[in-house]
Amino acid sequence: MADGEGTGGREQDGRPALVRFQQVSKRFGDVTAVDALTLDIRQGEFFALLGPSGCGKTTLLRLLAGFEVPSEGRILLDGEDIGAVPPHRRPVNMMFQSYALFPHLTVEGNIGFGLRQENVGRRERRERVADMLALVKLQGFGRRRVGQLSGGQRQRVALARSLIKRPRVLLLDEPLAALDKKLRAETQFELMELQRKLGTTFVIVTHDQEEAMIVSDRIAVMDQGRLVQVAAPPEIYERPKSRWVADFLGEVTLIEGSLNDDGTLATRLGPLVVAGGGKTRDKVWLALRPEKLRMDAERPAADGLNVAAGIVFEIGYRGDVSLYKVQLADRSLMKIARANTGARGQPAFAVKDLVWVSWPHDAGVLLTE
Amino acid sequence: MRATTKSRRSWGTRAVLLLPYLWLAVFFLAPFAIVLKISVSQTAIAQPPYVPVFDLAAGWQGLQDFVARLTLEGYQLIASDPIYLFSYLKSLQIAGLSTAILLLIGYPVAYGIARAPRRLQPLLVMLVVLPFWTSFLIRVYAWINILQRDGLLNDLLLALHVVNEPVAWLSSDTAIYIGIVYSYLPFMVLPLYATLEKMDETLLEAAADLGCPRWKTFWLVTAPLSLPGVAAGTLLCFIPIVGEFVIPDLLGGSRTLMIGQTLWTEFFFNRDWPVASAIAVTLLALLVLPILLYERLQRRQLEGMR
Repeated sequence: MADGEGTGGREQDGRPALVRFQQVSKRFGDVTAVDALTLDIRQGEFFALLGPSGCGKTTLLRLLAGFEVPSEGRILLDGEDIGAVPPHRRPVNMMFQSYALFPHLTVEGNIGFGLRQENVGRRERRERVADMLALVKLQGFGRRRVGQLSGGQRQRVALARSLIKRPRVLLLDEPLAALDKKLRAETQFELMELQRKLGTTFVIVTHDQEEAMIVSDRIAVMDQGRLVQVAAPPEIYERPKSRWVADFLGEVTLIEGSLNDDGTLATRLGPLVVAGGGKTRDKVWLALRPEKLRMDAERPAADGLNVAAGIVFEIGYRGDVSLYKVQLADRSLMKIARANTGARGQPAFAVKDLVWVSWPHDAGVLLTE
Repeated sequence: MRATTKSRRSWGTRAVLLLPYLWLAVFFLAPFAIVLKISVSQTAIAQPPYVPVFDLAAGWQGLQDFVARLTLEGYQLIASDPIYLFSYLKSLQIAGLSTAILLLIGYPVAYGIARAPRRLQPLLVMLVVLPFWTSFLIRVYAWINILQRDGLLNDLLLALHVVNEPVAWLSSDTAIYIGIVYSYLPFMVLPLYATLEKMDETLLEAAADLGCPRWKTFWLVTAPLSLPGVAAGTLLCFIPIVGEFVIPDLLGGSRTLMIGQTLWTEFFFNRDWPVASAIAVTLLALLVLPILLYERLQRRQLEGMR
């Protein structure tokens, strides 16, 4: 379980914890949105809160912003308990999902709003607003009204507005959800670049697994108000802690079986060789990512491979990759990804083709939960 | 075939668009043209009580005679006799002050309703509208009952020993203000509520997040964003109050003369239709100004919000 436990209080990579949630709970009436949660967010990292809707990730963000007060537990920022500090006194800024731009103000008025509250002088304010406009590549848009901007431009104004006060932590609540896919992909990289340039701690809430993996240094996967796993994206993807995490992030095929002490897994497909065996265990699952699996028309030589025969059941063509669902002998479906490298780009197999699926012994992860 | 349906549909669309203009022409422009024409006529003991009357049968010569007999005497009379100016000013004063009072009372009420729990809001709005279920005239008469010398208000004040002898509320400007504010309050509250209720609450959170304390957020965010509601409520109250006739007539004293009463006197008492019409046209000219201002404001808001 390497770092899997990772509430991260150990400051492994030397960066100190900036934000600490200590046994924090938040209840709304009978509903527990956040349940006795302990979590450290380190100085300068890009941290993602990921989970299905209603998992409590937004509540966690709002607790940090100060819009909600914890029912129990403490929230520390720089070692100080900020539980009772009202939002307008916290050195934390938020970019809202709806952007929440003030429609009666210009772009400059919106971006400079935070500085006006600090009574920053007119000249300095103007300079810093200009810097921010340059940072988000909106030079020349300062005098526009918010209503005259496109969705992407509004998103940038909201970002600039939340960064201008140089917050200790920038909170991003589904910041890219309203953008179309192409623009979202571009903006993800811009966000990463921005974060690296500023060194500010970013905490992003998203329900988009891919987005969380692309932008963040660490991901906290949440479900029902609790943390399920906190780790770096490759760790979470390659070594998920449970079937739920494996299934939530990306595609996965799960094969149930019981582990023997000779390192084989007894399954309905027959014995499979797995890495990391040794202990006997009754009920475990082998999780296999689709891109780790090979698919051939002929039976491959079995050296170091597990092999299973099946019939192509369904093909999901995505352009660069096709996702095949192959029905195995026990009628279960296995997901296999295959790059469409052929010149014509056509999927190499058709539905109802007989295929051989194979994977190296160490390709999968054994899950016990 | 397809072309016909298409042109027919666009014809239908045009007809729908035409409807409001038609409404405006029939129910506003035509009556206004008639009033405008009467305002430049002369009084006569006749039926109708003014000349000239336009006669199509007389042809071109008739039209020339008609135009030649038009006069601005009505307007000259209004300009020369200070009683008219006094009436206008009094009306504007009463309308201005009562609109200000209405705003002061109506804004907190509307704000309170808009911030109340969502399931309570329909009930609260209902309570604001409830007085409309009783006739306006009856409600004003009820105020006579309350405000008269041995009325409820004096009874209460005497019982509480706030005053030692009855106060003469009735037949005063105070009574007019009370009556107007009471009667027009829903017209102020409803448009204000409509704008405040629509307001995105994350804007308030955004302001707080950027370091703005609550009281300041009200002035920097809520107030400017509710301006369309303020403008609508103000106009909805101010304009009809300027021309108000029933309330000052029933609750006000003989010395208070609002323009509505002056107009009534000219029309029904003096049977001087041209002067009465001239008063009405002048009043309209005065009131068009704030309406145009409102239009401009609204257009700017629309551009900004989109």
